[in-house]
Amino acid sequence: MNGFLANAVVYIIAAIICVPLAKRLGMGSVLGYLLAGILIGPYLLGFITNEGQGQDIMHATEFGVVMMLFLIGLELEPKNLWKIRDLIIRIGLSQVLVSAALVFIIAILIPIQWQTALAIALSMALSSTAIVLQSLKERNEMNSLLGKMSFGVLLMQDIAVIPILAVLPLLVVAVPELSADHADGMHGLIDSLPAWAQTLSIFAAIGAVILLGRYGFGPLLNFVAKTRLRELFTASALLIVVGISYLMELVGLSPALGAFLAGVILANSPYRHALESDLEPFKGLLLGLFFMAVGSTINFSLIYNEASTILTLTLGIILLKTSVLLVLGKIKNLQFSTNLKFAIGLSQVGEFSFVTYAFALQLGIFEQSLADTLMAVTALSMTISPILMLIFDKWIIPALSKNNESRDQKMDSFHEHNKVILIGFGHFGSTLGRFLRASGVEATILDSDPERIEYLRKMGFKVYFGDGTRSELLQSAGAEEASILISAIDNTEYSLKLVELCKQEFPHLEVMIRAKNRYDAFELMEKGVTNIYREHLDTSIKMGEDVLKKLGFRAHTVHRMAKQFHDYDEEALKVLVNYKNNRDEYISKNKQQIELQESLLSGELMRKFSVNDHTWDSDGIKEVEKSNEDER
Amino acid sequence: MRKILILFAHPKFEHSEANQAMIHAISGLENVEIRDLYELYPDFNISIQLEQEALFQADVVIWHHPIYWYSCPPLLKQWIDLVLEFGWAYGPGGVYLKGKYLLNAITSGGSDLAYSSEGRNQHPIGNFLLPFEQTAKLCLMKYLAPFHLSGTFKITDSELQIKANDYRDFILELRDSQVIDRPLRPKTSLS
Repeated sequence: MNGFLANAVVYIIAAIICVPLAKRLGMGSVLGYLLAGILIGPYLLGFITNEGQGQDIMHATEFGVVMMLFLIGLELEPKNLWKIRDLIIRIGLSQVLVSAALVFIIAILIPIQWQTALAIALSMALSSTAIVLQSLKERNEMNSLLGKMSFGVLLMQDIAVIPILAVLPLLVVAVPELSADHADGMHGLIDSLPAWAQTLSIFAAIGAVILLGRYGFGPLLNFVAKTRLRELFTASALLIVVGISYLMELVGLSPALGAFLAGVILANSPYRHALESDLEPFKGLLLGLFFMAVGSTINFSLIYNEASTILTLTLGIILLKTSVLLVLGKIKNLQFSTNLKFAIGLSQVGEFSFVTYAFALQLGIFEQSLADTLMAVTALSMTISPILMLIFDKWIIPALSKNNESRDQKMDSFHEHNKVILIGFGHFGSTLGRFLRASGVEATILDSDPERIEYLRKMGFKVYFGDGTRSELLQSAGAEEASILISAIDNTEYSLKLVELCKQEFPHLEVMIRAKNRYDAFELMEKGVTNIYREHLDTSIKMGEDVLKKLGFRAHTVHRMAKQFHDYDEEALKVLVNYKNNRDEYISKNKQQIELQESLLSGELMRKFSVNDHTWDSDGIKEVEKSNEDER
Repeated sequence: MRKILILFAHPKFEHSEANQAMIHAISGLENVEIRDLYELYPDFNISIQLEQEALFQADVVIWHHPIYWYSCPPLLKQWIDLVLEFGWAYGPGGVYLKGKYLLNAITSGGSDLAYSSEGRNQHPIGNFLLPFEQTAKLCLMKYLAPFHLSGTFKITDSELQIKANDYRDFILELRDSQVIDRPLRPKTSLS
């Protein structure tokens, strides 16, 4: 099987078959992709001929992890990151240090040379960001304490990557014939510089990311958004992530960390939801491929030949990491069942280890056979941990948590979850938005005019850029948690699209729609919308009220009549919508409109609206009293 | 089983613990309809048609409201003005309410003592309810002594709970008892 297209077909078909199957079985997509990888790998169907090819794909698709961290950064405002600093530093650091120390001691006891042992220990201490975060997201647990703790640990591990890569070259035992430009991408331009210049350039790079995030990306996205070309916006989003990764690689930092940083800085940007929805599919695809590649690199012949060694090692490392995490969770007062979830979730060896193995091999710290064994152990642990997680989720945790309800659900969430989503913040939407805000109701506001967004942001409104008819955008704006969606846009076609989308994807949302006139209202009514607001109705009646007052009518009487007329008009609409379709097609739209107006102004319908308001009139009583007196 | 219609009028229900407890205690009872007037008619445009239909169905009508300035909140007065039409509720042909029971279920900040001839308000509560009593009479209805939850400014949670349960029992008795033997008139100092 050669050729890009042929490979693409194989991969995608495998994913299409395995992932839905895995999800159906309640396993989550990660496991599905891993199984798909095993399926097409060298030991089953053989579409991927050797592990080397799988590893190439893995390196190529590692970028999915970078994107994922960027997206996670987007959801984490700096002040929220500050809130979980304790988790990152205390729990994360202890996990890395304690796990590494234990592995190191065991390796020394085996015995393995201490340099090699240290390299193994540092690599094995890390967990798989890709697997853990993907599963957490799928199970909607990112905002729980469990999610935050897991995230804290993973973030610390990503930071730890930097010193680990720095330490490895110091461990070289026998100087191997190293070519000056070793192929590993983690080492960039600045290697030849003196140490102080290296440090300086690292700080400069981080500074550049922060400055760009603050002052560079906003204007760029603003400029691109004004062109109203969607693909250009997507391209810019990609440019941001790829560019930062490249910059980080140049100075030898982890691209994932750089992307995360950029994400955090952009978390307050109006383009947050648009960036999220544009990058989400790329991230998904790349990660999917990445997991499949991991699956395909599992060397089953090695596992078969050395079954006992590899299985012992794999289960050993899982057990060891689980115990370390359990202790940490206990210190943090996690409930036992949550703690188990936390510990087992993070118990695998991560994708980053593939990088360190390759690097250590190059440096001559590892021998080929050792590297192969470690890779098999790592890939196997990545496959086993989701399975373990599944078992715990399905059977063990329900049994444990029967008697004590989880109490750690109440942590405040990473980002706002408003009950109302308001689309369109023009004159209509902004009045509505101001009124809601004055009543203490915050809405998530979307608008597609970059200039207006800029202005409104200056005025202190949190407005996001985006086209509300895209389901991913609504998703990231919180459509799952919201209860009301308002369209304040003066474009009925757009509103109809929106209604259709909500019906399909977010049926729980109550949609409230602005309509231009009664003809638009008819179309919306036919779609089953009940909350329709004709933009002119209230204002024109209000004006009529004032006219009558100026003509000498008493204000309260006019006010009551106006209300009655308003109700009458709304009721009439419900009657008229039924006639709308019966009309012969040859009647021109214009004529139709006139007929409609006529039937509104006269006939049966008008009779229902009584201008004669007898309340508080005593004429009737007077007459009766009079006739009574006459009789006397 | 009698049909009970509760016409509830409170302009700031969300702030009234006493009325929340009372309404909560009687919600969901069979044959007891609660019409929350300030929720139904925030603009004071009462649907006369709907209200008269509801009245016609009922055997016992209760005006449930707080006492404001020795009377009811304005929407209930508006309701009386609009719904009790000449020629329907009273006057020639106005016989549709004849024989039905009517009473006020009221809450007041002042205590029972405050509503007595020795108290701050100088009159028993019945005196202040005279306009309602006379309205009932004009509509040929039987006016019953009020259910009065007094002293809401100082009431404790447990006392309130007891009172709310009393209200529920009271409503159930009106609904289920063979004969209504509640005094027809509230105590007044006038008669």
